[in-house]
Amino acid sequence: MEDQFIKTDILKPENIVYKKTSLMTDKPLSYCPGCGHGTAHRMLMEVIDEMDIVDKTIGISPVGCSVLAYDFMAIDMLGAAHGRAPALATAIKRMWPGHFVFTYQGDGDLAAIGTAETIHACNRGENITIIFINNGIYGMTGGQMAPTTLPGMRSSTSPYGRDVTTMGHPLKITELVAQLPGVYYVTRQAVHTPNHVRKTKKALRKAFELQKENKGLSLVEIVSNCNSGWKMTPVNSNKWMEDNMFPFYQLGDIKVDGKLVVKTETSEKE
Amino acid sequence: MGELRLMKGNEAVAEAAIRAGCDGYFGYPITPQSEVMEYLMAERPFERTGMVVLQAESEVAAINMLYGGAGTGKMVLTSSSSPGISLMQEGLSYLAGAELPAVIVNIVRGGPGLGTIQPSQADYFQAVKGGGHGDYRMLVLAPASVQEMCDHVKLAFDKAFEYRTPVMILSDGAIGQMMEKVVLFDHIPRRTDEELIKQCPWASNGRPKTRNHNIVTSLDLDPAGQERVNLKLQAKYREMEKKEVLFEEVQCEDAEYLIVAFGLSARICQKALDLARAKGIKVGLFRPITLFPFPATQVSNVGNRVKGILVVEMNAGQMIEDVKLSVGCKVKIEHYGRFGGIIPSPDEVLNALEQQIIGG
Amino acid sequence: MTEEIIIAGFGGQGVLSMGKILAYSGVMQNKEVSWMPSYGPEMRGGTANVTVIISDERISSPILNSFDTAIILNQQSLDKFEKSVKPGGLLIYDPNGITRNPVRKDINIYSIEAADEAGKRGLAKIFNMIVLGGFLKLKPLVAPENIRKGLEKSLPARHHALIPENEKAIEVGKELLKPVHLAT
Repeated sequence: MEDQFIKTDILKPENIVYKKTSLMTDKPLSYCPGCGHGTAHRMLMEVIDEMDIVDKTIGISPVGCSVLAYDFMAIDMLGAAHGRAPALATAIKRMWPGHFVFTYQGDGDLAAIGTAETIHACNRGENITIIFINNGIYGMTGGQMAPTTLPGMRSSTSPYGRDVTTMGHPLKITELVAQLPGVYYVTRQAVHTPNHVRKTKKALRKAFELQKENKGLSLVEIVSNCNSGWKMTPVNSNKWMEDNMFPFYQLGDIKVDGKLVVKTETSEKE
Repeated sequence: MGELRLMKGNEAVAEAAIRAGCDGYFGYPITPQSEVMEYLMAERPFERTGMVVLQAESEVAAINMLYGGAGTGKMVLTSSSSPGISLMQEGLSYLAGAELPAVIVNIVRGGPGLGTIQPSQADYFQAVKGGGHGDYRMLVLAPASVQEMCDHVKLAFDKAFEYRTPVMILSDGAIGQMMEKVVLFDHIPRRTDEELIKQCPWASNGRPKTRNHNIVTSLDLDPAGQERVNLKLQAKYREMEKKEVLFEEVQCEDAEYLIVAFGLSARICQKALDLARAKGIKVGLFRPITLFPFPATQVSNVGNRVKGILVVEMNAGQMIEDVKLSVGCKVKIEHYGRFGGIIPSPDEVLNALEQQIIGG
Repeated sequence: MTEEIIIAGFGGQGVLSMGKILAYSGVMQNKEVSWMPSYGPEMRGGTANVTVIISDERISSPILNSFDTAIILNQQSLDKFEKSVKPGGLLIYDPNGITRNPVRKDINIYSIEAADEAGKRGLAKIFNMIVLGGFLKLKPLVAPENIRKGLEKSLPARHHALIPENEKAIEVGKELLKPVHLAT
């Protein structure tokens, strides 16, 4: 009886203080509980909603955990082959120059199989936004080693930990492409706390505003957890991410207004 | 009459694309077809019609640019040659799976591997039987002249949009590189955004508030759903087989023997036919213009009236399988081929006809 | 009428462009034409050749192994194509650099000292037009006004000022042609 009372009382329209954007569909997300994808999706859709650009936005989903992003985002989308999202985005933006075009890609998609497409889209300075979810692992295929897997980190294809002498080093592709003159804005964010979520949304908004001004490519990396792949509880995985991922993949702006951000001691502390 | 020009086959493809109202070309240099992009970059259609021309970082990127553009309803073209087309096979499968209209030109060179840059027809199986993964077909056109290189671009775009399918123009290095007289068709303006949206209501190009969001994908994780996709594709291919077959018959009425050949081979066989007729040998030529759908009934009708059939190809015997499937086993069917970039001469073909079919 | 021609020499001698000008002139005279080059590494300094067919009818094979006319500009090409001339056919060659003269008795053979003449005039670029002139003297397949149109269509606009020089070279070629052997 108490449940009944709570539902009817609370669900009155005048009591609603927060709801999902209409640009998220009603489909239940396919992501694991605790995963950052859902939050990243929502921030992205909120930005598009608030900018009122849905009729001019074309999104591209990758292969990976977010392969079905087009089922959750109520905008026009295309599903790309593995790694090729920046190629699709290039052609689309060139032929629809007045539209907003983004790719949403994971680390395997963007930094392994799609390295060439990523680097060349960045180098051409395509006026698109790349949203890069980095969780250091292949989530969808069951926790294999990714280009961004940390040294010593265990995965199903590095069961004794990533040995950098035989398996290579984790690839900081974000810092790498930030060097390219065609890239205008690069930032690295996270979505595991309300404060980080707010910063991520601000970064996404900035990236989409820059498309309007034809400034060049913007890349927003979101370092996220993969509690299933990392084999941890969501809470522990967020703690592990802070302790291990963030020291290697430092959060903050990397390139702003076409200029690399020079890190000072004060900014390091922030 | 349209404008008259002397052009290379590759240049005719490029000019025809501009005139057909193409929205974008995406490609990567490879011999013997680089003139397509070179011509477009020199002509600067982006300033005249707004057509985008972009040199991609690889054939893999180029075919995925095509997929992106096609998914928004744009009229897009790429061209490459055999090794590059192999790299595009994944993308072609995705285009077919997502039912996207696009035109792909393959200026075939000898293979396998890096092979040679000389002309060949060894990519017949890859083009006609589906070189990528999954049960799909493309409509495949086989031009035999520079004029057809031009005309087939227009035809390919029409069919690509009519059936929502990738269409391949399967040509070869010789037709790409040679120059012939071409009568160009008149410029067709590029579609406006409104016309495009009306023609392609399925395309993902920005969702107005009046409709649901469009999704372009070839993924359906539910096997029942994926089977429905396959059934729909197969129905489309059966429809093409009924309606889209193109072929040419030369002196088949009184023929006692028949040569079957496509593309450049058919041109060479035409000369061989003239030589044979001069010697009093009654031979006809059947040229499939669409390789998929294959003119099965038509070749069977002619083939079952003659004493023997010679299939001439610049490969080790690929189309001959379709000829045999079509004609059946009552008539002798033999193959004559040269490979690796060698073009058979008319004399060789006549000799093969006399040795393998008439004397054999 | 069908004329099947092979033009062969070194890359850089203007073999392909001579063929193109001839073919384009044919188009302007409302003939059917085809221009089929050898392509690939040959284009970059080695031997180059092009098959040009001009006809009143639809052209069948653009690739041939015998020709009505062979226009030969180096020794390798002479070795390769002398035997490909049809009996009663025509061979025109520039003796410059030729160490073994043609030997066929069943064809008409002419020489044209075009390289020498072009060198004397300091106009290496019109060498191929001198050779073309020699051919056109024997086989006037296309009218002079259509040659001019062919030149206009073949040459980029920035080179159109050179058209009169090219036309003059064709006339010079007609004078330079010498019979070497005539089949009876």
